[in-house]
Amino acid sequence: MTMETKKRIADCCKYLTLILVGIVMIYPLVWMIGASFKSNAEIFSSIGFIPKNPTLEGYQKALSGYGGDIDIWKALLNTYKIVIPKVIFTVCSCTIAAYGFARFKFIGHDFFFALLMSTLFLPNVVLNVPQFIMYNKFGWVDSPIYLPLIVSTLFAQDTYFVFMLIQFMRNIPKELDEAAKIDGCNAMGTLWHVLVPVLKPAMTSCALFQFMWSNNDFMGPLLYVSTPKRYPAAIFVKMSMDADSGFSWNRILALSLISIIPSLVIFFLAQDQFIDGVTAGSVKG
Amino acid sequence: MSETKTAKKNSKFWRDNKGLLFIIPWLVGFLIFKGYPFLSSLVYSFTDYQLFNGIKTTGLMNYAKIFSDKKIITSFMTTFRYAFMTVPLKLIFALFVAYILNFKIAGVKMFRTVYYIPSILGGSVAISVLWKAIFKQDGIINMILAFIGIQGPNWLADKGAALFIICLLRVWQFGSSMVIFLAALKGVSPDLYEAASLDGAGKWRQFFTITVPIITPVIFYNLVTQLVQAFQEFNGPYIITQGGPRSATTLVSLLIYNNAFKKYEMGLASAQAWVLFIILMIFTAILQWSQKHWVYYSDEEA
Repeated sequence: MTMETKKRIADCCKYLTLILVGIVMIYPLVWMIGASFKSNAEIFSSIGFIPKNPTLEGYQKALSGYGGDIDIWKALLNTYKIVIPKVIFTVCSCTIAAYGFARFKFIGHDFFFALLMSTLFLPNVVLNVPQFIMYNKFGWVDSPIYLPLIVSTLFAQDTYFVFMLIQFMRNIPKELDEAAKIDGCNAMGTLWHVLVPVLKPAMTSCALFQFMWSNNDFMGPLLYVSTPKRYPAAIFVKMSMDADSGFSWNRILALSLISIIPSLVIFFLAQDQFIDGVTAGSVKG
Repeated sequence: MSETKTAKKNSKFWRDNKGLLFIIPWLVGFLIFKGYPFLSSLVYSFTDYQLFNGIKTTGLMNYAKIFSDKKIITSFMTTFRYAFMTVPLKLIFALFVAYILNFKIAGVKMFRTVYYIPSILGGSVAISVLWKAIFKQDGIINMILAFIGIQGPNWLADKGAALFIICLLRVWQFGSSMVIFLAALKGVSPDLYEAASLDGAGKWRQFFTITVPIITPVIFYNLVTQLVQAFQEFNGPYIITQGGPRSATTLVSLLIYNNAFKKYEMGLASAQAWVLFIILMIFTAILQWSQKHWVYYSDEEA
C-alpha cells in the first residue's frame, strides 16, 4: 500500500467518525422537530423523523394552554423578565469588580483575590438551603419581580465571569490606562472610555453565557417561584409534562421546542463568541 | 483639629486604595449571598432546624444519621457511581473528538458547531423532556435497537439503565470540554510532532507521549470543573426519573432537595450538603496534590 492510499484511508476514517458522532449528537434534536409535527400515534411507531401525515395539532394544543393564568407566551415573557435584568446586571457588576482586581493595588488585594477564586469552585449545593432560609426571612420567596433570582447578580456574584474578565483585562496593555490618566480621565472614565471598548467581546461572551444559563435555570425558579402566573418557561414545560403524563407527546415536544427556540437563535447568531468565551477562562488561566 | 486630620487620613486612604471602591459591591455581595449562608448552613447542620418549627435541639444527630441511614449511604454511593461514570466518559470522548478535529479537517467550524449545540441546550428542561421521550420503552432508541436485532431494556424502569441514561445526557454535552481541549491542542507546537515522526513514532504513540503530557493542565482543569458539576447533578434525575426506579437515581442533590423543600428538614439537608461539600474538597485536594506527579507546566522547565 502506498503512502497516498494509506493517507486517504486514514482521512476517510476521520470524516466517517466525525460524521457519525455528528449524527448521534444532532439526531435527537432533529427527531424532536419532526415529532412535534407528528400525530401522537405516529411518534412512537416509526424511526424516521419526517412525519408521514404532518399535523399542526401539537402546536395548536401547545399554544392554547391548559387554562388558568399561564400559557407558553406568558411563561416566555416571565423568563425574560428574569433573564434580561440578570444579563445586564451581571455584565455591569462583573466588569466593575474585574476592573478593581485587575488594575489596582490596595490593602488586602491578594487576600480578596484568593477569596474570589475560592468561590469559583464553591458548590451551589451548600448554598441552596441557607440561601432559601435567608430569602424566606427577607420575604422574597415568590416575589413578583423575582428578587431571589436577580438581586445577587447586582453584586458580581458569578465568579466565573469576574475571573474571565480579569483574564481578558490582563491582556490589555496598561499603557492605555496611563495615557487616559494623562489626558485627565479619572478611574471610572478610564474604565468606560478605554477598557470597555476593548473588552466588548469578553463582555458579550459573559452576556451570552448568562443568557443561556439563566434561560436553562430550573432549580432557581423551582425554589423561588410558586404562583402559576409567574412561572417561567422552564417550570411551565415541566408542569405541562406532568399534566400530560405521557399521553400527548406531540404537544409537550412542541412546547419544549418553542421554549428553546430563542436560545437556538442566539447560539447560531453568536457561535464564535461562545467558543471564545469557553476557552478564555481555562487556557490562559 | 483632629476631625480634619482624620478626614485627611481618610481621603489619603481612599486615594491609595481606590481599587477597593470597585470591589466593594462584590465584597458586600460575597458576605451576604455566599459567606453568611455558607457559615450558617454549617451551624444549621448541627441542629434539627425545621423550617416552620425552628430549632429545638442541637448536636451531631444529623451526621450520625447520614452515616447510619442505609438510604442516605446508598444515595452517596449512587452519586459516586454517577460521577465516576460520567466524568471519564465525557472527557475521554471530548479529547478523542478534539484530537480528530485538530487534524487539518475541512469544515472544522461546522463540526464544532454541531458538537457544541447540546452543551448549550442540554441543561434545559426541554432536553430532559426529549430524553424522556427517546428513552421510553417504545421510544426511538429501542426502535433503533430492535432494528439491529437487540431487545432494549425499559430504560426508565430498570435500575442500572436509568442511571446510565442520566449519565448519557451529560456525556452528550461533551462539546464545551471538547472546545477547551481543541484550543489546547492548537497550542501544541507542530515542531514536536515533526521531531517525533522523524524518530519513527506513530500517530498513537505521538498522542500519548507528546499531546497528552503537554495538555495535562487543561485535562486537570476539565477534570475538576466536571467533577464539581457531576456531584451536584439535579435536573436530570429530578425531571427524567424523579429519582426512581426504587431510588436508583436519587443523587445526593435530589435527596437534599427532598429533605429541605418537601419535608422542610433544613438541618438534615444542610448536613448532607456539608458532607457532599467535604467529599468534593477531598477529591479536589487529592487532584491538587497529585498534580505534581502528572500535570506538566511549561514554565517549570525554563
